Amino acid sequence: MSVGTFSLPALPYAYDALEPSISAQIMELHHSKHHQAYVTNLNSALKTYATAIAANDVPSQIALQAAIKFNGGGHINHSLFWENLSPSSSPDADSASAPALTAEIANTWGSLEKFQEAMVKALLGIQGSGWGWLVKDGNALRIVTTKDQDPVVGGEVPIFGIDMWEHAYYLQYLNGKAAYVENIWKVINWKTAEQRFKGDRDDAFKILKASL
Amino acid sequence: MSSSLLRTTPVLRAGLRARAAKPLAAMATTSFTRGKATLPDLPYDYGALEPYISGQIMELHHSKHHQTYVNGFNAAVEALGDAQAKGDSKAAAAQAPLLNFHGGGHVNHSLFWENLAPNGKGGGGEPDGQLLTAIKQDFGSFENFKKQTNTALAGIQGSGWAWLVKDKSSGNLGLVTRANQDPVTGNLEPLLGIDAWEHAYYLQYQNRKAEYFSAIWDVINWGTVAKRFAK
Repeated sequence: MSVGTFSLPALPYAYDALEPSISAQIMELHHSKHHQAYVTNLNSALKTYATAIAANDVPSQIALQAAIKFNGGGHINHSLFWENLSPSSSPDADSASAPALTAEIANTWGSLEKFQEAMVKALLGIQGSGWGWLVKDGNALRIVTTKDQDPVVGGEVPIFGIDMWEHAYYLQYLNGKAAYVENIWKVINWKTAEQRFKGDRDDAFKILKASL
Repeated sequence: MSSSLLRTTPVLRAGLRARAAKPLAAMATTSFTRGKATLPDLPYDYGALEPYISGQIMELHHSKHHQTYVNGFNAAVEALGDAQAKGDSKAAAAQAPLLNFHGGGHVNHSLFWENLAPNGKGGGGEPDGQLLTAIKQDFGSFENFKKQTNTALAGIQGSGWAWLVKDKSSGNLGLVTRANQDPVTGNLEPLLGIDAWEHAYYLQYQNRKAEYFSAIWDVINWGTVAKRFAK
């Protein structure tokens, strides 16, 4: 069985494009080192997995599942994350770029502000490393948190994700993660969020196929 | 969570500030004043573990991160007491994950500070005596033990800790990892903990965590580990 090899997707903006919300140093390490490590380790795990399948070696296949979930999740999460961020100067960073989504958010939480409050509470409540996501579950919007690099791989459509690993903010915000969360709202790509909201899972995951 | 807890517990913080300084020699696993957990003093200066762990990391790690676990733990204990007083089992049970996370964070960091020491002043080198004999018996050699520990640390997916532990019933040594702030409990006695959270190394080592895992051996306090082993 042959397996595809994933590669690191290019960022849709420069490393310093999200300043001052996220520093260029963080973006460069996060993309070129952390995301790259997930891609490298995913490819390595999938290669070993293919060998284990060819050899009908079920114990090895089972032993590899944690590495595939962790590194595959890391690749999926970061690929989605880069696309759902945008320089604050772009019209894409304005929630007006997501009329259908913001209407449904208001419908669900009362207002965009109320939704943001609920999301911030969920993000700051994560114990350890993890992510917060706005997802579309059927037709309903929900906030979910996931631990470590667990990806959102139920039936939900991820609308946008916020990385709460310390490497996502520590060099700039130190232990002040509340300030990171406050500032990341300025660089959410609402245009991408609207597209994911209107589309289905396959649309949201297009970026992954592109990195194959 | 840190900032919201800080906002809601001004009285508690005032109490913490007012606590009497504890003698460094206390070697307490955790410190408490009138039923409240308090941040233990470090047994060395913030800069004392340089160049292996920077002073900036130590200061943030101790005065901000550990303090937040202390505050969170006290808030959870208080909320548990309130729930108990009202006979509200549901509210009491809801505190369980917070007690585990913040209580674990307090316990883990308290053990961690004590099992580190400045290089050449109690830190680094090799264990000796019965501890070394036990390490050789259970891991083959000291070098092999370090290698296995570094492999365990590198394999942690997300935030967590690696621990050298003693099985209380068999007396055997073992290596375990724990997710997030889950403390080592039950039949295992924690002897040596290494913090693999990114906040423990990121300002100095960034994504190169293997370098941090390699450097920390130069500041391990084997005297503390031997005392815990002999207990």
